[in-house]
Amino acid sequence: MTRLVLYRVGSALITLLLASIVIFLAIRALPGGPAEALSAESNDPAVLQAINHKYGFDQPLVPQYFRWLGQAVTGNFGTSPNSGLSVSSTLLNDLPVTMELAVLGLLVAVVIGIPAGVLSARKPGGTLDSVGSTGALAGLSIPHFWFGILLILGLSVWLKVLPAAGFVPIVPDPIGNLEHMLMPAVVLGTGIAAVVMRQTRSSVITAMASDYVRTARAKGLSEFDVIGRHALRNSLITVVTVIGLQLGALIGGVVTVEQVFGIPGLGKLTLDSVYNRDYPTLQGVVLLTALGYVITNLLVDLTYSVLNPRIRVAGGAR
Amino acid sequence: MSAVTVADAGRALARRKARRRLTARPLSVLGLVGVVVVVLVAILANWISPHDPTLPNFDQVLAPPGAGGHLLGTDELGRDVLSRLFYGSRTTLIAGVLATLLGTLVAVPIGLVAGYFRGWADVVISRLVDVVLAFPFLVFAVGLAAILGPSLQNVVLALGVAQIPGVIRVVRAEVFAQRELEYVQAEVVNGTPTRAIMFRHILPNVLNPVVVQTSLAVPATIVGAAILSFLGLGVQPPTADWGTMLADAENYLGQAPWLGVFPGVAIFLTTLCFNLFGDGLRDALDPTAG
Repeated sequence: MTRLVLYRVGSALITLLLASIVIFLAIRALPGGPAEALSAESNDPAVLQAINHKYGFDQPLVPQYFRWLGQAVTGNFGTSPNSGLSVSSTLLNDLPVTMELAVLGLLVAVVIGIPAGVLSARKPGGTLDSVGSTGALAGLSIPHFWFGILLILGLSVWLKVLPAAGFVPIVPDPIGNLEHMLMPAVVLGTGIAAVVMRQTRSSVITAMASDYVRTARAKGLSEFDVIGRHALRNSLITVVTVIGLQLGALIGGVVTVEQVFGIPGLGKLTLDSVYNRDYPTLQGVVLLTALGYVITNLLVDLTYSVLNPRIRVAGGAR
Repeated sequence: MSAVTVADAGRALARRKARRRLTARPLSVLGLVGVVVVVLVAILANWISPHDPTLPNFDQVLAPPGAGGHLLGTDELGRDVLSRLFYGSRTTLIAGVLATLLGTLVAVPIGLVAGYFRGWADVVISRLVDVVLAFPFLVFAVGLAAILGPSLQNVVLALGVAQIPGVIRVVRAEVFAQRELEYVQAEVVNGTPTRAIMFRHILPNVLNPVVVQTSLAVPATIVGAAILSFLGLGVQPPTADWGTMLADAENYLGQAPWLGVFPGVAIFLTTLCFNLFGDGLRDALDPTAG
């Protein structure tokens, strides 16, 4: 087991290292550069050169990469030529906003997805199951950004009950913060709710056919206890892993949702720095994304191996 | 030779069973019908559109649905929304279908090689796959699209390339399992050329999961293309495109809410139909999968 963990952690580190090279090169392959974006109309080569020199963008790529990587390991991602702020302080500033959005989104997904999955699983093929499964498919098919526009139209433009866009920090104004986060969280959670619902449904159906559920029934437990305390509890492990695997969808969703609702989180930061050719910020935010993504996948992977010894053997033999 | 005929007969039987399972589900049939309708609209857009989709008409700016012969109203330049929706189905289908095809056609042979030969080929390929999969699909596609520049062709390229690693993984895992089965070992002992074993014997047996993944990748790609357009990294105006229409609509939600509704309905119904059909296909081709 220790060997497996070491092997997986090692290969995750190699993946991240290679990913950092991809990020570094890809960003420099973007048409135009930070100097052109900064100097706007002035195409004076002297100005461009001065800006490039100031931030070290005129140096050869290899030393530039190693300097960036060396500093990034210590948590220093350089300075943004656009804002003049250190990238790490911008990341630390925007990260909690995105985390809040992600947590609220997952909460919405779980609150809708698990009960819907259990209700559908009680009678597979029944009316409730058909409604639930079709609803899940609709949740998977609806594009995030359009669902956001619809909610803005309905709740902000028409009913005027929620603010259309923007963000209020949680500390002085928790209620205002929640008002601004409600629609984005619902939009973000819908697609994931559909996946959670499907997984809950199929796990509970499998569990309902098992011996221990038959035993629980034979003991005379109520249907609520049979499902809640036995079938569902055993299904939750796979549901949790599936939620872990949804992180990629969650990050993709964050990018569009933050754009639609004007929320100043990491997703909006990514797009803004693409548009501004803000190399240091873009490098930092994409590396942070890859880091979070690789770590989560690693954890999901290892959880699987712990729960299912057959995978452990297969992975260890590689 | 006779062995091949038996195998062919078995496959034909499996196909017939799968078709029966697929048509037994009304929702999958509905999905297929919807897909056919969208394809027909895309082909016939020239003939069924009441107006020129890109021609501005400043006398009828932001006309509500039904006014002045515009069934679904007009946009901020007075262009007919219905005609733009009809023409927009073209970029949507081109992006969704071509990108998925591109990704699958590139990925399948690579996955076959990785799964069959293993060794250093597999190590190199799997490592590259891991690196690309270190980025969420949409982040990777957005990055590629930003590098390549905004156009329909580059949307297809970006979304296609972004799909390659996922398909490689599926194919590789399937080939891995198939390679150990007796029929492959028998061909090896018989001295059948490796290429024939890979493409004539293993490929048909790993095709089902690939078809399922592909059919479910199309709707995801359609949404991806709409998102790229919405972010200004995809199809450029004045070409009619559902994502671009929604991006423009955001500025007029107060005065002209219909602009924010109809293109989204079009994307939603199209992806829903593809998903319904793909779901049915999965149940039909792979009855054991949840």
